[in-house]
Amino acid sequence: MRQFYPHLRTVVRFVYAYLQLADYSPIHTQKEPEMSATTTTQAVPVGTWEIDKVHSTIGFAVKHMVVSTFRGQFNDYDVELTSTDDGARLAGKVRVASVDVKDENLEGHLQAPDFFDAERHPELSFESSDLRVEGDQLVLDGELTIRGVTKPIEARGSITGPHTDIQDNQRLGLELETVLDRTEYGLEWNAPLPKGGFALANDVKLIVNLEFSEKA
Amino acid sequence: MRVLGISGSLRQGSHNTNLLRAAAQLLPSGAELELFEGLGEIPPFNEDLEDGPAPEPVQRLRDAVAAADAILIATPEYNSSLPGQLKNALDWVSRPVATNPARNKPVAVVGASTSLFGAVWAQAEARKVMAAMGARVLDRELPIAQAGEETFADSRLTDDDIHSELGSIVAELVAEAETSLAAVA
Repeated sequence: MRQFYPHLRTVVRFVYAYLQLADYSPIHTQKEPEMSATTTTQAVPVGTWEIDKVHSTIGFAVKHMVVSTFRGQFNDYDVELTSTDDGARLAGKVRVASVDVKDENLEGHLQAPDFFDAERHPELSFESSDLRVEGDQLVLDGELTIRGVTKPIEARGSITGPHTDIQDNQRLGLELETVLDRTEYGLEWNAPLPKGGFALANDVKLIVNLEFSEKA
Repeated sequence: MRVLGISGSLRQGSHNTNLLRAAAQLLPSGAELELFEGLGEIPPFNEDLEDGPAPEPVQRLRDAVAAADAILIATPEYNSSLPGQLKNALDWVSRPVATNPARNKPVAVVGASTSLFGAVWAQAEARKVMAAMGARVLDRELPIAQAGEETFADSRLTDDDIHSELGSIVAELVAEAETSLAAVA
């Protein structure tokens, strides 16, 4: 039904979101009482946003040997972010072969059937169904596909900008996190420890830091 | 379709080698099983030897694994685990782990033993080792207990149920290999 919203209301929402995200706090303070507590705002300024891969990270963190947090990342991916009056869309594909950890043998194991099975499932993918601001949080709903298994997820984080960079381009930053159970996607490897517990936790935190510049 | 059969037993008249011969009879047309014969010639794994060319028997095994579309391991059980010579051979194949020729290779493990337990622990160990190497390991087992001369006749298992189970495992292994071939095509 979103397309039947009154045009003026959409504009008001956009203006509100833009001003709020740009942290024009005096205006934000003035406008806030007009919004109900349950109303969400358009998260991303209208436009097409191009990913800056050098300054972005698609990473994960998982408890290792019970006691510590082990981190890795994927270096080869595509991300699309577009926003219209009807809302924003975030989608991405990540190449499993680009998994980057501090040991090449572990990289090999992560690509093996024990984990991501890169031969048969060379990509992870994500497609958003909703991207919105709730209070001071960015909230992303969508479907994540890992190893051929697609499941709905909700990620939360923040959006920063737009901000003008050195070349007078608009920059936008998204930081999102979610926790998923890797075994639900078929990544079931583990090893029992001699005195109880397992080498690797099932819960994995996905941590995505994305920097965008506005396409001309 | 080439299936590489690796018997963990070096003994002449090995039940596990016979098990692989029985499996060969169950392959569909167009698939053939090659028995790896050189397990007993593979020297003990030694990291000091890794920098130079691989010993010839090791290279033969690595080449055979690389050329195979699938691997069928038949293992006896020594002291509740894998025979040393089989584990040693797999250790050679596994190096370096990130690029070893068993990566993504469909693998099934079966086993025969004169004991009551049919090499069930050795099979589990072999599956664990192969998975750690990055192979595509079938979650199947075939524990043939109290193996003896009467277990095989004319290159087949005399017990129809076990023979049928071996056929089912071989069929699943071939199907996995076909899926892999399609995936990389």
